[in-house]
Amino acid sequence: MIYNKRLILAHFWLAFAVFGMAILLGEWQMFIRSPLSGWLRNADLYYRSVTAHGTVMGYVFPTLVAMGFGYFISEAALGQPLIGRKWAWAGYFMIIIGTIAAVVPVAMGLDSVLYTFYPPMIGNAFYYIGVVLVVVGSWVWVALMGVNLYVWKRAHPGASVPLAMFANVAGAYLWGWTAVGAALELLFQILPVALGFATTINAGLSRVLFSWTLHAIVYFWLMPAYIAFYTIVPRAIGGRLYSDSMARISFALFLVFAMPIGIHHLFADPEVGAGFKVVHSIFTAMVAVPTLLTVFTICASVEIAARLRGGKGLFGWVKALPWANPQMLTLALSFVMLGFGGAGGLINMSYQLDSTIHNTQWVTGHFHLIFGGAIVIMYFALAYDLWPHLTGRALLNLRLVHWQLWLWFIGMIVLTFPWHYAGLLGMPRRMAFYDYTAPGMFAEGVSVVMSTIGGALLVVSAALFITVLVRNHSAARVDPEPFTFSRAVHEPVSLPWALNGLGLWLGLMIALTITNYGFPIVQLMMTPEGRVPPVFVGGKP
Amino acid sequence: MARAVPADPLDGEALAKSIENRWALTMVGLVALLVAMVIFTGLHWATMPPSRVETINPTTLHVSGEFVESNLGSAVEADGSVTVRIIGQQYSFTPQCIVVPSRTPVTFRVTSADVIHGMLITGTNINSMVSPGYVSTFKTRFEKPGDHLMPCHEFCGTGHEGMWANVKVVEPDAFARLVGPTRRASCDL
Repeated sequence: MIYNKRLILAHFWLAFAVFGMAILLGEWQMFIRSPLSGWLRNADLYYRSVTAHGTVMGYVFPTLVAMGFGYFISEAALGQPLIGRKWAWAGYFMIIIGTIAAVVPVAMGLDSVLYTFYPPMIGNAFYYIGVVLVVVGSWVWVALMGVNLYVWKRAHPGASVPLAMFANVAGAYLWGWTAVGAALELLFQILPVALGFATTINAGLSRVLFSWTLHAIVYFWLMPAYIAFYTIVPRAIGGRLYSDSMARISFALFLVFAMPIGIHHLFADPEVGAGFKVVHSIFTAMVAVPTLLTVFTICASVEIAARLRGGKGLFGWVKALPWANPQMLTLALSFVMLGFGGAGGLINMSYQLDSTIHNTQWVTGHFHLIFGGAIVIMYFALAYDLWPHLTGRALLNLRLVHWQLWLWFIGMIVLTFPWHYAGLLGMPRRMAFYDYTAPGMFAEGVSVVMSTIGGALLVVSAALFITVLVRNHSAARVDPEPFTFSRAVHEPVSLPWALNGLGLWLGLMIALTITNYGFPIVQLMMTPEGRVPPVFVGGKP
Repeated sequence: MARAVPADPLDGEALAKSIENRWALTMVGLVALLVAMVIFTGLHWATMPPSRVETINPTTLHVSGEFVESNLGSAVEADGSVTVRIIGQQYSFTPQCIVVPSRTPVTFRVTSADVIHGMLITGTNINSMVSPGYVSTFKTRFEKPGDHLMPCHEFCGTGHEGMWANVKVVEPDAFARLVGPTRRASCDL
């Protein structure tokens, strides 16, 4: 039973609305710096666009999806109305106000610092305050998820926490803790300078603090997709989840290993010593383990569905899968993109291979493939699955849904594969234009044109997605069956306490963050020579 | 759920768990192998990114110390190796054209006078961040003569797209003729 449909729909609709706007900016950026367009006279327009695209796609869109889905899971899995409904609305409006406060100065050209902030460049303070508001708004959700689970456990002593809620709260706590790094950077490094209270800033320390957020945020984006893998797809295709406890172990491992690895973004930085770079490289390798476990469990769950439908043979069962079901199709497309993106990720995390592709277009290709591809396509799938339960209306147009999903997949491949290639050629990121007539840059021009075409397919796909959802609101009323999550083949009878709560994993997460980040942060805090003058962009405030 | 025979081969749950555990162990082994490769290559070939946490005051680079203008570019050391000193600033590198000999150990020392920059040399594995307040040091060796581009790869402001330098790799004897008695060299585009 879903009690707060308006609250959940408000989150999803705001998420998809800002996504629809930001994807247009992304495609404009692709076009304007391709050989198809002349040089942009005002290069700053490009950097404003990159700042807005990154801020919306990185901070606002996935956060709102995680929040809306989180409220849904809390009610559907625990079977109790959301506790703290007013707080939830307060968090929602904080995100709206924060987004407006951040995006308006960006559009005015006062904050072309990109969503990664890049101090000692300092822009107008409203941008940073807006981002802080978005984060604080999402922290309301983190707290509410914890409270709802706590109240349910008090009322159901000894009962197994539903897997969907276990994973949801793991994602919430991961976000709560990982956002602390960027919050510390904004509150203690950037804002004092932006507001005029300080005259120097430690750029190296700022980068280390940001890396605390920068990698685990990816796993926060990924949580809703993985929750859909485990708790929606097997049910939707008529199968069973292969293993409930392995699913819990995977989510617990994400909580522990997503955090203490962010310094792999700083392999090429001079302000972190080699020892901690190696340590973070090793921990980054470990975070591949929960994904590899997930691939096994989900493939096995899918095989169960196929065999229940009469599938036979070592691989022949693949033909028996319900390919007309959008959840099945999305899962397959998502796994293909996850495979390529994950392989690229293993290259990035290896200390030495990274130097070939660090900060080139390869990296842009990598995270668009993983996040925009494997994860966002699952956001589409879960919206398709949830929508009839939220609107009480039928989701028609399965043909349109199939077109939308295939276009997204093809568009993402056409966008990101040439991007990876351009990176191998040494094409740097985030430039408003390139001199394609320079020796050796012709091949890069060709690949950028291909990416521009891929981006156009993505825009069409996004428009189809929004069309399907909008048309649902005026479709025939239906009475959908009560929402259910996947059931495991062997339902847990009684869980060990470690897998029925998050206490142990939270403790490990915090402890590993301290061991892996404590020394670099303290070392840089005690390096006053690292403080440098700020460079104001868009005029000094 | 009572189990009559604990080691029943038809016990689905136990079987499912053992298959799952086998996969988990294989994956942990795979990741361990990757980590071992990273550690081996790091130690064996001494492939290390710039990691010395060496600080420098960016406001006095031009006044004193090794990054004064006359000392930038390539310098021949007593042991025959070459040290290249570069400053990144909005929106250019100094010097804009860097000349180095092939088949010679080369040490780069790079810093920024203002914001975060980055540098890579196309067609090579040379890739480093350039941060104000810190010196990036790394060693390399160019095997073949040729021309390379050296873009700034980190967003550094509105003129970022114009921040490109050139690297010319020349034969060691041609380089020796270029450096002359000052034992310093840079090039013209």
